Amino acid sequence: MLDEPCTPMCAGFSLYNGSSGTFLPVKEGKDAMATVKFDESTRIYPGNDSPSVDRLNIDVQDGEFLVLVGPSGSGKSTALRMLAGLEEVNGGKIWIGDRDVTNLSPKDRDVAMVFQNYALYPHMSVADNMGFALKIAGVDKAEIRKRVEEAAKILDLEPYLERKPKALSGGQRQRVAMGRAIVRSPQVFLMDEPLSNLDAKLRVQTRTQIASLQRRLGVTTVYVTHDQVEAMTMGDRIAVLKDGILQQVATPREMYDSPANVFVAGFIGSPAMNLISVPVADGGVKFGSHTLEVPRDSLKGAGSNAIVGVRPEDVEVTTDGQGLEITVDVVEELGADAYVYGTPSDESISLEGGEDTIAKPFIARVDGRRVPRKGDKIWVQPNASHMHVFNAESGARLSS
Amino acid sequence: MALQITTARPDPALLDLPWSTPLEDWPEHHLAALPRGISRHVVRFVRLSGRVLAVKEIKEDIARREYEMLRNLRRLDQPSVEPFGIVSGRIDADGNPLDACLLTRHLKFSLPYRALFSQGLRPGTETRLIDALAVLLVRLHLMGFFWGDVSLSNTLFRRDAGSFAAYLVDAETGELFARLSDGQRAHDLDIARVNIAGELMDLQAGELLDEDVDPVAISNRIVTRYEELWVELTVTEEFDTGERWRVEERIRRLNSLGFDVDELAITTDIDGTTISIQPKVVDAGHHSRRLLRLTGLDVGENQARRLLNDLDSYRAGMDRQNDDEELVAHDWLTRIYEPITRRVPRELSGKLEPAELFHEVLEHRWYMAEREQHDVAIERAIEDYVASILPSKPDEVSVVGVDTVEMPVIADVPRRP
Repeated sequence: MLDEPCTPMCAGFSLYNGSSGTFLPVKEGKDAMATVKFDESTRIYPGNDSPSVDRLNIDVQDGEFLVLVGPSGSGKSTALRMLAGLEEVNGGKIWIGDRDVTNLSPKDRDVAMVFQNYALYPHMSVADNMGFALKIAGVDKAEIRKRVEEAAKILDLEPYLERKPKALSGGQRQRVAMGRAIVRSPQVFLMDEPLSNLDAKLRVQTRTQIASLQRRLGVTTVYVTHDQVEAMTMGDRIAVLKDGILQQVATPREMYDSPANVFVAGFIGSPAMNLISVPVADGGVKFGSHTLEVPRDSLKGAGSNAIVGVRPEDVEVTTDGQGLEITVDVVEELGADAYVYGTPSDESISLEGGEDTIAKPFIARVDGRRVPRKGDKIWVQPNASHMHVFNAESGARLSS
Repeated sequence: MALQITTARPDPALLDLPWSTPLEDWPEHHLAALPRGISRHVVRFVRLSGRVLAVKEIKEDIARREYEMLRNLRRLDQPSVEPFGIVSGRIDADGNPLDACLLTRHLKFSLPYRALFSQGLRPGTETRLIDALAVLLVRLHLMGFFWGDVSLSNTLFRRDAGSFAAYLVDAETGELFARLSDGQRAHDLDIARVNIAGELMDLQAGELLDEDVDPVAISNRIVTRYEELWVELTVTEEFDTGERWRVEERIRRLNSLGFDVDELAITTDIDGTTISIQPKVVDAGHHSRRLLRLTGLDVGENQARRLLNDLDSYRAGMDRQNDDEELVAHDWLTRIYEPITRRVPRELSGKLEPAELFHEVLEHRWYMAEREQHDVAIERAIEDYVASILPSKPDEVSVVGVDTVEMPVIADVPRRP
């Protein structure tokens, strides 16, 4: 519904004939450059020794959808609040376009927190529900009407503008809430876990809507979530944080294919990547009975051990005696293929990322026609072209 | 999964509620009033063992968070509704999981703003509501609470000697910090301003508020009232060492605003010629604490102020200035306050809470005295008040309002003819 192509009017921008001969929206005036820059931005809470956000450097491009993702306590929400003006910045700066906003109050930053409150007023029409904040800001009636109509067109709410919110479905009401932020035409949208109070079905639906809407509007957006699936599906680029420190900024594809360190490798992707500490051997690393070739340069700086990472879909089941022996604990049938959860038969080998009492299983995706049974022993090794090697000490990526 | 009930006050009657039915479809006989309209979450009011509970259907993790937050706010002595419990692990008749329910106790004699507006307003009520909300917001901010969704809908109001006292109802978006940044305070205030204007515009669209009222002007009042109060409570004052009386005066000024100073930072400059003072910890409820200490009565701040004034005039009138304050207070309580508030017939006791009634009787006595041009005994004033004024007042003991965007429910509360 929302993903049809943008009509020239719908984005509310004036148009010019782009050099490629296509019409591209161009923003004018203050909207010219809505980049966001975290520049060594640091936040230390009073009484804390270590920063909650530590020298954060991220450049968000104009019109980009950037997702800040990480586990709780990673500093992602703090970083967003610093950008919104809700948290003091103790070091570094924050820029929106060419404005240093580090010390500006929230309402002078021209950013909008979307979804922070979406109470609808029962006696007011949908149009008034969308435009009332502009009325408070003193925008004249004709201009409010124009902006509301433009937003309604993008949100497929045009037929409902004169109705009362009672007549709307749940999804439509949510779009009215988005409309409130859109009519303000801020330079940057900020969203802090906006889907967290929705049920699973509406969450997937709204996820798609937000992502496609953002692309149609072309408004720079910074979005916070703890859910890596949400991050992967929505973001143009993703920034992974842990303990207040930026781990990696990259497109979802780059992040998946070349995680910068063991943390990112284990955090992005579901089911998670298998990460195993193995001895470094001549010309490579030892994986069970097999030596996996790793270019000599990559292993420079590695100690006696390295961590090998292999995603479940990159695990090859080999003939007996080749690679690592796994005892199958659980098989999850998906039809075309199946996930096998197992434990290395050699008890001295354990997977990284497990907890004290719960060992992390080794996970392999296998052909649906050749599924082992529970209790079987299988031999596995990584597909050599999709293998990841990390420094066992620092966790940094060694393979290219 | 089994039904899971978390509550600090276990009540077996909780098990009689139809937890396997979505809240929206609960049969009417369980409900204290039938709310209508649309809402962010489904909210219903139920009667349970003689009390009224608000039930909000909401995801379990959010319910638990809000429950804990409300408990913390109560612990920190902040005016908020009392959390009662969480019911989770609900399953419908077909075995499908249902969202959890957060239960809060209905605050007796509290009024949702929509109910106040639909009663027909005394002039200035909307500004008195805003003033009460400004006090609440300042108190919460001093404590480090960022609300995130300040609005009239998320607040309940109790009459407080002609003014109002505001209570936080919805803590879903709230968060506690060691200290709020200026940005957080400004943002909360901006949210308040926009929400209040929106809520008043909605009342106008529903013809519940006069067209002449300017929602934007009223909503701006929250900003000015808040800032005035914030400055008075937090600003650093500097003066010469010779002017020490100004320390005393600052404390008195804060007391008259209803705040006690728990900690005051006093510093002198190097050569000792100037002193600067800044309140570090202030605590609301100066008058109500004093009244509680003297009489055991637990009432609103302005009601307490009013009662204390009456106590003072009783003391002067009885010529007992030299007696122990506690003794005089005890006599005032047993000879004046209790006999007067007990004069209300049982069937009218749901109209006003006792302290508010006492305040109204004092007002009434003043009007009577003015009309008759001589002093009127309080016994005559209560008689006249109960006969002529009280019966026409609406019942306010359990006016239930609903979540953010519900229609006013006041119409559903049965009124005595």
